[in-house]
Amino acid sequence: MSVPAELRYTEEHEWVAIDGETASIGITEYAAQSLGDVVYVSLPGVGSRVSAGEPCGEVESTKSVSDLYSPVDGEVTEVNEELDDDPGLVNAEPYGAGWMFRVRVAAGADGETALPPGLLSAAEYEELTKSAG
Amino acid sequence: MSSQLRDTPLRAVHERLGATMTEFAGWLMPLRYGSETAEHNAVRSAAALFDLSHMGEIAVTGPGAGEALDYAVCGWPSALAPGRARYTMLCAPDGGVVDDLVIYRQSPDRFLVVANAANTAVVLAELRERCSGSAVADETAATGLIAIQGPNASRILSPVTDLPLDGVRYYAGAYGKVAGCPAWVARTGYTGEDGFEIFCPAEDAERVWTALTDAGDASGAGGAGGAGLPAAGLAARDTLRLEAGMPLYGNELGPDVTPYEAGLGRVVRLDKPGDFVGRAALTARAAEGPRRTLIGLVARSRRVPRHGYAVLSPSAGTRVGVVTSGAPSPTLGVPIAMAYVETGARGPFGIDVRGKTEPADVTELPFYDRSKQG
Repeated sequence: MSVPAELRYTEEHEWVAIDGETASIGITEYAAQSLGDVVYVSLPGVGSRVSAGEPCGEVESTKSVSDLYSPVDGEVTEVNEELDDDPGLVNAEPYGAGWMFRVRVAAGADGETALPPGLLSAAEYEELTKSAG
Repeated sequence: MSSQLRDTPLRAVHERLGATMTEFAGWLMPLRYGSETAEHNAVRSAAALFDLSHMGEIAVTGPGAGEALDYAVCGWPSALAPGRARYTMLCAPDGGVVDDLVIYRQSPDRFLVVANAANTAVVLAELRERCSGSAVADETAATGLIAIQGPNASRILSPVTDLPLDGVRYYAGAYGKVAGCPAWVARTGYTGEDGFEIFCPAEDAERVWTALTDAGDASGAGGAGGAGLPAAGLAARDTLRLEAGMPLYGNELGPDVTPYEAGLGRVVRLDKPGDFVGRAALTARAAEGPRRTLIGLVARSRRVPRHGYAVLSPSAGTRVGVVTSGAPSPTLGVPIAMAYVETGARGPFGIDVRGKTEPADVTELPFYDRSKQG
């Protein structure tokens, strides 16, 4: 199971990649495999505000539906419209073409991007999925 | 995973195939091997193998076995010719469904009753009580059950069996050999496709499975790309049966449902001689008409109506029913569902999908009928 070291993770199985003030967000390979074939992803609207730890969308698979949680606070700047036609990208490339949405996150006073506390490192996330069996 | 779970005789096969396993009715079962959508599509377009060894096999035998079963279930097993099968139900005295069953008359004095895994114990207990003059034996543990389902099933199975499959009609079965192993081969299934269910000794299950996989490989009939005969798990089984409009016990059927509500009044043989458990209640229910109706729904939104979601009237938004099963349909490409609604309620309906009402149109069941495909 792939858990890229450069990403940060939530306990709800989202990943987040930070590039300057932009956070890109998707769900992990572990989540995608647990859900089975993803058939529909409902994403927040561009321009809407999302809050860390709050649900902002849904991921429908054959057997179940799961809330999608935002790992960060900020304004949605872009959503992956490819998923509308091909939600299976979430299963095929969860960290690549299966990304879900991007958020502009505010920089802190020191110019560094302020990530909310509680995000997990790759090692911590891997530990979480192992203990979940 | 609990150590109490029962393994089928094909556990090692599933592990080698890298299946995602799940607990189901006390058994450790393959949920999917890869993509459940691909497994579903393989059954619709070619063929796939299922391990159904969790299903309950109960043999009712003896000179009066047919008449004993006539009292136990709402169908008419004694009227079955040897070699034929029937879908039927075991009902409680109040007419509620205890389980839905397939009964095979394997010989004049031997009937094989196939029960849902979750209900095998209660069906066994009921049959022991209701068929007191006959021998009732639980053969579940000793039996492997492998289904090959799909339009290519006959072509793949033929070279592996000594049975002339053209002579095995739908809902019929025969004793023969599969991969050299003794088997009861029946043209039945739960997918809406042609196919066979192969009952064999548990110790032969792996041999039968491997022979069918190899036959699928050799014929190239198993699926696209010459990938051989794929295995399909419970996830695909559920979407296949839903598209085919087949009820699932615990969803469409249960102790609070009579066969009439489920649209399956035809399985209640009030015309058969003698008493049977539930006759009085079912006779009354047949006369008064169903209190609710099982309908098919096609969602207009991509959000899937799922088990337990409320069905709302289009105008007032009041609750008129409940979704019993729902899934994204791989064949139709839209979410589909079955639901119970108050008799007389007219669609289109709304579905309360986690707080937001989504529209859904009523459609005739089944959603998918192979005889109507081009």
